[in-house]
Formats: sequence, structure tokens, C-alpha cells
Amino acid sequence: MNLLITNGRVLDPSQNLDDARDVLVENGSIARIEKNIISNGVEVLDAAGGVIAPGLIDIHVHLRTPGQEYKEDTRSGTAAAARGGVTTVCAMPNTQPPIDRRSVVEDILGRARSEGNGVRVLPIASVSMDARNEQLSEMAELKACGAVAVSDDAFPMQDAGFMRRAFQYAKTCGLVTMLHCEELSLTGGGHAGVGKGGGVMNEGRVSLEMGLRGMPRLAEEIAVFMACTIARAVGNRIHILHTTTAGAVEQIRRAKNDGVKVTAEVCPHHFALTDEACRGYNTDAKMNPPLRLEEDVAALIEGLKDGTIDAIATDHAPHAAHEKEREFDLAPFGIVGLETMLPLSIKYLVEPGHLSLSQVIEKMTAAPARVLGLPGGTLREGAPADIVIFQPDEKWTLCAADLASKSRNTPFDGHEMIGRVQATIVDGKVIYSRRANRV
Amino acid sequence: MKLRRKHILGLQKMGADEINLVLDTAANFKEVLSRPIRKVPALRGKMVCTLFFEPSTRTRASFEMAAKILSADTNSLTVAASSVTKGETLKDTVLTMQAMGVDCFVIRHPHSGAPEAATKWVRGSVLNAGDGCHEHPTQGLLDLLTIREHKGEIAGLNVTIIGDLMHSRVARSGLWGLLKLGARVTLCGPHTLLPPEFAAHPITLQSDCDAAVEGADVVMTLRLQNERMDGVYLPGVREFARLYGMNEQRLSRAAPDAIVMHPGPINRGVEISDDLADSPRSVILEQVTNGIAVRMALLYLLLGGGEN
Amino acid sequence: MADTKKSKSKLQSSGGKRLPDERPAGVLLDEADIARALKRVAHEIVERNRGVANVVVIGIPRRGVPLAERIAAHLRTIESADVPTGALDVALYRDDYGTRQAAPHPSTIAFNITDKIVVLVDDVLFTGRTVRAALNALSDLGRPAQVQLAALVDRGHRELPIRADFVGKNAPTARDEEVRVLLRETDGEDAVRIKRN
Repeated sequence: MNLLITNGRVLDPSQNLDDARDVLVENGSIARIEKNIISNGVEVLDAAGGVIAPGLIDIHVHLRTPGQEYKEDTRSGTAAAARGGVTTVCAMPNTQPPIDRRSVVEDILGRARSEGNGVRVLPIASVSMDARNEQLSEMAELKACGAVAVSDDAFPMQDAGFMRRAFQYAKTCGLVTMLHCEELSLTGGGHAGVGKGGGVMNEGRVSLEMGLRGMPRLAEEIAVFMACTIARAVGNRIHILHTTTAGAVEQIRRAKNDGVKVTAEVCPHHFALTDEACRGYNTDAKMNPPLRLEEDVAALIEGLKDGTIDAIATDHAPHAAHEKEREFDLAPFGIVGLETMLPLSIKYLVEPGHLSLSQVIEKMTAAPARVLGLPGGTLREGAPADIVIFQPDEKWTLCAADLASKSRNTPFDGHEMIGRVQATIVDGKVIYSRRANRV
Repeated sequence: MKLRRKHILGLQKMGADEINLVLDTAANFKEVLSRPIRKVPALRGKMVCTLFFEPSTRTRASFEMAAKILSADTNSLTVAASSVTKGETLKDTVLTMQAMGVDCFVIRHPHSGAPEAATKWVRGSVLNAGDGCHEHPTQGLLDLLTIREHKGEIAGLNVTIIGDLMHSRVARSGLWGLLKLGARVTLCGPHTLLPPEFAAHPITLQSDCDAAVEGADVVMTLRLQNERMDGVYLPGVREFARLYGMNEQRLSRAAPDAIVMHPGPINRGVEISDDLADSPRSVILEQVTNGIAVRMALLYLLLGGGEN
Repeated sequence: MADTKKSKSKLQSSGGKRLPDERPAGVLLDEADIARALKRVAHEIVERNRGVANVVVIGIPRRGVPLAERIAAHLRTIESADVPTGALDVALYRDDYGTRQAAPHPSTIAFNITDKIVVLVDDVLFTGRTVRAALNALSDLGRPAQVQLAALVDRGHRELPIRADFVGKNAPTARDEEVRVLLRETDGEDAVRIKRN
């Protein structure tokens, strides 16, 4: 599979490269990155002034398969990834059944091979059996058959004793533990509290005026503190999922300074929106953790700038229309994100001048690869040719109905986006091309 | 002047001019209530559907009476709150009623925002009869009407609202209405039920009841929901009555002509003492009468209201 | 109550004051004309009913109400007897509600109308629909012995089989003309103007 990509600006933060170059792909790997490559007999892809970057890696995706294929299946989820320039997705374990045994890992990998549109799908295993945080999962076997990390996403560990043992065992197996940090006694149950009187949005002036139960920022900060404190004692590697509050950013900053092996991510919606987006009982602005305040957005951006927050990930969480079209209290948490990660990051981080384009690309390529110890996220010679080509300045309007995902639950419908994916390539094979409009 | 809206979801979104229009109209409707034949043909042929997802006898009776005095037809559907999480969705329920031909939905729902959600699916008007902890606009309006009847002018009045401010939709609607009409509002309750975020508005927050009542022209007591009395927010009824119960002695700190209000049903001896509830300073039964006038005014303004 | 849709909205928007763009067009009745007309109507009422023994005068808001008061004052002077007056709100009985949204006024009738001779008073008699609404409203209040209708101006164009018993001024008009009654009590001056649109 040979391919020559011309007329582009190669942006690869992993090797501090930002220059007009051509990229030659041979046998699915990066062969050469040079100016004016002449190579006869290969297929030529004209990048037309676009940016050529490593394919994006999204370490926080809910593919909903197995069990909830009406929300998303492997085919639609990976199609959304390809459209968003994402070449690797890490699939979260809160499926039905959860990813807590070999058969589920193999099922996911098998579906990815047959229906995955060429996108790399890497399962993340559940920390515990049935995601109940009572019995540890067989992490060594799960890793051996393909799981790249363990997580308690959506079912946060509450018990410090169990968390310590989970950290110790994950360390034994050489796995990063990815944590959903939420003190449930303060939020009223989180995901499990939906329809049972739990909090449904940020606790603050907006929740008060809307008469909705809030989820205090305190709940995230206490949980981050507990996780970092235990990780310091155990010495394992942890990753804080979807950081949202100023206090949490500060906890992570301090823990990093103290030598705790902690990394953190932020989701684009958390720096693009505030809890004001929930007004009008907009269930497409309902997610957990919830949209916070302006001051939190500022702290998240500061965290991205100073490296406290390592990566950007989507928490892509599709839900069917009938699940979202209902009372705010009863709608499930979550929004889709794969197709908006890059343009939202450019619009809210690069455009206002908070981060350079190179920094933002690093947060979606080399950084997430580093967080989970994955290959990829680079255009070094010899690396697999996972590439995204995009027009960084192109403005366009998101139309939810046109999403490749099965679900349409995005608060950005009708919003202007900046930056548009032109082509997505995995192993040197074009898996999405906007011109051909195919996935 | 016309009402500029198709739906009544809450007082926070209404302007002072709209609130005054409703109050003026309601004041005129009170005369209809005293006629020998308490029926006028204004809304003949209009269908009002009361859709209650939460038990309520008083508000529903008041709405149905208001609709019937105006000659509207009414039908009603009570949906057990327990079946809301299973069974038919809110959307399907309102679409079903819509298909039967409804001009105005009166919706009471345990979840905040349900009436607003319904506006996306129906062609008719939606009138919020109380949603979760959000708003109870007709209660807010009838409280304003009652205050106006006693005090003439709402601007400049000192109004103290006492009780469970965190969960009370009555408090929220009253609060927004009072602020728009220029009253000075003090909210009073234990810190477990007095969210500090209220301070984002020009309001005084006070956990000491005696201080909160000092000089008040109007004291609005709120109903304490029994389900909040399980020791989570408050140790119990006795302690609440001790700290926040309204009685003659405590009321003596208020203005000499202060009135006491309560949305009902009253827990006598808890929110308000027995003798005070029956005293001339209590306007609780006038509130009930004004409720019908306010609901007539809203139905009249929404259903007659022009070109929609 | 003015009886054209146009005049109603104009009156609302101009707050009852003279419109700046109004030309010195035809004045149908001036202050003295109105006074004379009302006095004559009062005499006709006395004549028709052979006194005022059982007569009550009820005005239709807004301008029918002060006219009713004025007529009743004449009746009292002429007959040296008490004549009760009241205001009858018809907004809730209208058949064109929704296109004009008239605000309801409280009815103030502090006496029983059953077996009384009710003289209904309105400013302009036009289509007859206001009077129809008034008759329905009256029937909900009691059963009068008779209902008679007095109007300051009858401008024609009836849409219902209704006629006035007492008319201050018959004024043939075109349908699109606007007849505006101004009264001291509501508008600060007495005049009836006609305006071609």
C-alpha cells in the first residue's frame, strides 16, 4: 500500500516538525518525510494546503457494543471516528456485559476487524467484575488478549480499600488505571442515580434557577484527591478521565509536582461550554461530569497550557433520540464527540490563542499515546502510517443530522466549527476522504 | 396589551408588564366569581387538558373551575409518577392528548422542565401547574395578586419567604415575581435548605428567622414536604417548628400590618401556628380564591390571545 | 365601546388622544350637539316608558358607561326620581374574541335587573355584535322586563337583526370610515369625529 501525500504542511509534535513537506507511505508505514518527493507509480493524494498530522488517538470512547447497538455499533462508531480524523479509539468497558472477561475483549476486537472501517479499536477493561467494584477483574488475561488499560468509568470506585487493591493489582499487571472521579454521596449516584433523584448538572446558580439537583464540584475534587493520595502510596500509574473543575486541575498539578504518576484528560465540551448550555432543559447538554463554570473553563485551559492536563479525549457517549427527548432528570448523561473533537479544539483553544495548533495536535496524538503507552501518535519513519489531513482554517456548520454516528446527541448542532478533516488514513489506507465522502 | 407568549412556564422569564397584565386581568375576573351565574362563554369550544403526573387535588380543582367558568371544556389525565420512569414517555403522552384536540395543556410534573419539554411537541399552549423544584407560576401570580390587594403596591415592600428554599417551586416563582415588581426579598431557612447561589440575585439570605421577619410587610411561609423531614436536611419537624415556625410572637417583629401567607396545605403547628393560621393576619383563604381568578386570567389570555 | 376594529386599535395605540396625523376632517357632533342629543334621548326614554319608575340604565364599557351616567342624570332631573346605573362587561361574551382581545372590565351592577326596564347604552351602533354580546351577558344576570337600546351614533352596516330604540345621531357612513366618539370622562373632550380611511 504505497501513497504519496503532497502539497501539505506536516505537523508532527512528536518530532517537533512543522514544515511544508511531502509524505511517502510504503507498505502501510511512513517511509520518508521530505520536500518534493518524486516517486513514480504511486498513488498521489493532494493535501491541497492542508495539515498532515498523525492520526488522532481518542482514549475515551463509548462504542456501546456489545449490548447497546441501538445507540452505536462498531460500524457507526468507527465511521464517526474516521470522519473526525481519529485513527485509534480506546473503547470504554461499560458495555453490556462489561469488558470484564476475555470473551468480550475478543468480541470487540473481532467486530473491529470485520466492521471497524479500518479504525484501530483498543478495548479498556473494567477494573472489577460486572463493574460492581467488589471483585477485581482478571487483568492479566484481559491484557494478554488485548486490553490496553483498566477503568471504572461510569461506575466510580468509592471505597478507598477497594481502590487501593485495584491500584496494586493493576500495577502488578502493568496497566494504567483510568478513573472516573466522582464522590457519589455528593452527586446523588452519578449515572446510577438517573431517575432516582440524583444530581443531573453542575450545582450552581443555573441548577438552582432550573430547579434541578446539582452535582457539586466538590464531588470531583474529593475523588481526585483520594485517587492521587492512594496512587502516591501505591506508586501505580493512574489517569484522571474528563477533568472539569478548577479544584481538580489544582489537585492534579500538586500530585504531579509531588511525583505521583498521574495523567489527566479534558473533553472538548468542558472547555467549549458552561452550565448555561443546560438552560431550556437541553438534554444534549447533560453529561457526567457536567458542564461547569467560566472559571473552571479557564482553569482547564491553563491546565492544558502548563501540561497538568496531558490529553484531549471525547468521552463520546451516544444515546438514542428517544432517550434524550424527555425530562432532563430522566435523560441519560453523555454526548457524541468523535466528529467534533478536532474542530472544537481548534475553535476554543487555537483560535483564541490559548494553545498553538501544534500543542493541540500533541494533546490528541503523542500525549494520549504516552498516557496509555500505545504505539502511534507519530509520523516517524517506520511508524504505521496513521494520518489525518485537515484544513485548519475552514469554517463550517455542524449539522447533527449529518453525523456518521448512530446518535445525534450533541449540543453543538448548528454551531460553527473551525477546522475540517479532509482525509483519514490508517496503515497507509485511506479510510475516510471528504472529497469522496466515503468512510 | 397582549400577552407576548404562547406558554406560561415560569415567572423568571416573564416581564413586569406581562405579570401586571395578568394581575390586572385576574383582578377584573374576581367580579365574575361573584355573579349569580358564574359562567361566561369566553372560551366556548376550547379544550383544556389537565395533565397531572403528580398528585394534586387543589391546584387541579382550581384550574378546572377556572376553565369551566370560562366555558372551556376540560379533560384530565392523571399519570402515576411511578409509571413515568417505565411505560409511556412524556412525549408520547402529550402527543396522544394532542391528537385528541387540546388547546391548552395544564401540566404538573415531578421533574423540573417537563412542561418546557412538552412545548416542543405540542401545538397548543402549555401552562405549568408546578414542575419539580423549578416553578409554580400560577401560585406565584396568585400570591402577587393577594399581596397587591392588601398592600396596593408591591414595589418597595419587604417580603420574607421562610422554609425549604432549595426544593420549593412556590418560593422560586414568588421570588422572581416579587423581584420583577420591585419588592425587597429576604429568604430564610436552615443552611441545608438555603442554597448560597441565590446570592447571585439582589436578595438577602438569612438563617435567623427572627432577624428575617424584622420589619417585614409580608411573611410567606412555605409548605415543608414530608419527604424532606427524614433527618437528611433537618433533624425533624419539632426542631423546624422551633427555629422557623411562624407564630404571633415571632410575627410581632414584622410590620404592624404584616400579612402571613401559605400556599397550602398547611402543616398546622409546623410552618405556622394554629391561632395565627386562623387570625385576621392570615390571608391563606384569599390566596385560594385568587388562584381561580389568576388561572382564569391566564387561560383567557392564552387561549383568546390572537393569532397563534 | 367603539364598534370598529380599526378604531379600537387606533384608540389603544394612541391612548385615546388625538392622533398627530389626524386632519381636521368632518366633526359629526361637537360638545353642544352631544349635550342636546343626550337630553333628547333622555326625554324619549321618559316618554316611551311613561316615567322612569322601573328604568335602570346600563352602559357598555368603555364609553357607554359615562354616556349612561349622563343620560341617568337627565332622567333624574326630568322626573325627580332615582335611576340606578351600572356597567356591563361584554368582553367575555364576544364572538370575535381572539381577533381583538378586549380586556375584560368588571361588571358593576349593584341591583337586580329582573323585571326591570334595562336601557343599554353604547357609544356607536355598528354591526350589532356588541349589543348581541350585551344581551347574552344581561341574560346571565337576570330576566329584565324589557331591554331598550340607546346609542349616541347609529352608523349603519348592521350584521345582526338589531336596532336602537333611542339614537343621538343617525350618520350614514361608508364601511371603511371610522367613527370616533370622544368623551370628557375618558378622553378629556366631547366630540364625535368621522374619518375616511
